[in-house]
Amino acid sequence: MAFLKTVGICQVFERKDILNNIDLEIDKGEVFTLIGPTGAGKTTLIRILALLDKPYTGRYYFDGTDLTGPQSLQFEARRRTAYVQQRPIVFAMNVFDNVACGLKWRHIQSAVIKRRVDKVLELVGMADYWNRTAKTLSGGEIQRVAIARAIVTEPEVLFLDEPTANMDPVSTAKIEKVLELLISERKTTIIMTTHNMSQGQRLASRLGVIISGKLIQTGGIDDIFIYPQNKEVAEFVGVENILKGEVVKKDNGLVSVQLNNQYVYSVSEVETGQRVYVLIRPENIVFSSSQNAGSSRNVFKCRVTRINTIGSLVRIEVDCGFTLLGVVTTDAARELNISLGKEMYASFKATSTHVIKI
Amino acid sequence: MNEFVQGFATAFRLIITLDPQVVDITWRTLAIALSSSLIATMICLPLGSLIHFKRFPGKRILINIIQTFYSIPTVVVGLFVFLLFSRIGPLGFFNIMFTPSIMVIGQVILISPIMLGLVISALSGVDKGVFETAFSMGASRVQATVQVIREARYAILSAMTMGFGRAISEVGLALMVGGNIRGFTRVITTAISLETSRGDVELSIALGIILIFLALIINVVLNRLQQR
Repeated sequence: MAFLKTVGICQVFERKDILNNIDLEIDKGEVFTLIGPTGAGKTTLIRILALLDKPYTGRYYFDGTDLTGPQSLQFEARRRTAYVQQRPIVFAMNVFDNVACGLKWRHIQSAVIKRRVDKVLELVGMADYWNRTAKTLSGGEIQRVAIARAIVTEPEVLFLDEPTANMDPVSTAKIEKVLELLISERKTTIIMTTHNMSQGQRLASRLGVIISGKLIQTGGIDDIFIYPQNKEVAEFVGVENILKGEVVKKDNGLVSVQLNNQYVYSVSEVETGQRVYVLIRPENIVFSSSQNAGSSRNVFKCRVTRINTIGSLVRIEVDCGFTLLGVVTTDAARELNISLGKEMYASFKATSTHVIKI
Repeated sequence: MNEFVQGFATAFRLIITLDPQVVDITWRTLAIALSSSLIATMICLPLGSLIHFKRFPGKRILINIIQTFYSIPTVVVGLFVFLLFSRIGPLGFFNIMFTPSIMVIGQVILISPIMLGLVISALSGVDKGVFETAFSMGASRVQATVQVIREARYAILSAMTMGFGRAISEVGLALMVGGNIRGFTRVITTAISLETSRGDVELSIALGIILIFLALIINVVLNRLQQR
């Protein structure tokens, strides 16, 4: 059995379903990241996993033990885990005592406590602050104290709810470094939530997407970002071209999807007659001024309808019978002499599209 | 006017020379008020925690009732205790009428509501996240509860000080159940009321100054605590 396993977990709050039938398995040493829009139920789920809340229904197995049973079992499991809230609070004492609490509650010798607390404060870069009143620290510093007191007990599982939300880049970098160390050296199982896609990708070995209380998809980074399972996941992970159509022809793994009166070729196993969405990431669309610009199977004549410069990138919206959103560098935009109303060609490979059934 | 000045002069002399009667009464007053405050704390801290942490129907109403008793008249408590402990009362067999013990019992009853109420609001003033944070760091339920109480320590101390202030300054109860027996149950407030009616204003003024001084100390302590 997986290290952590939930079966059919539901959570209800004020008669509203917050979580719906969550089945999840996480192995020892995995770094699992829950992503999803705010209000999707990420925090609710991680709180159940961290044993702070009880699910309304469903079972939760921790290292093979069913924790929906007696409280004493939960207490044992809780002592093997640690949880860092999204907005951690510190106790009205100094930094050292804040971090030492968890060890004191486990009746560990004071000499050992001193050694371990000093070491962990060093690790998060707060060693010089040991005597400061914790309440007077800044948000990023409090977050670092919170991480320190969570890892000082050397938990087998570490739960982090948005560990770097609303934090300055320096503190974020420090915390990510500490997490990397935990992952590589202690093999700590880490379960975190984030709506920061890049962080999710940097640290995670596996992702789970929660949307409206449902765990819609779990998988590796590629599975989620390149092959999202449905429209909501696609929208959430930044697939901006979601085109509605119908498969009209299937030939050896290559399908033609009819959109209005245009055809898009895609590599897929979907059957003829199926209504589908074709997903194309903006960065996979190539623009050129001539029609034969490469090996792409999909080439469309188009007209620029909108240009939006963000930093070193230019996002362009074109009309080729259907609307496509693409992105080019400012240099490329200058070379192509892109302007509103300009006619050019948009192309993308059949392999860089992904087809999902409606 | 002359008498007034004279009174103050004698009063100061009584205080500065540590007049045995003044010292004796002050000492007893402090001992009784401190005992009742400590006993009330021992009752109110766990009881207040219980009320704060447990969810039960009628909790809001119970807290309202407790708050109503904040300003219960001392003589009403005196009457209640008198009826309980007098010879013919249900607890008359203890035979502690007109002793310091019964004064302590009476004061505990008198100040418990205000202490209880303030303990509850001290605990509600602690961030809800404290319990949960402690819990998530591996504290047992008891350890997490203790952590919340520790967070509220200054507010709880100020609740104790409030109780002590009410205990030391009340007169009706001490007179009714203590009996103002010289050298046994006579405290500052009862002494002042008796000596004034007898015309011995010097002792009254001296004791009054001491009581005001004690109130001042209480207030300074309270202020310090509330600023934390």
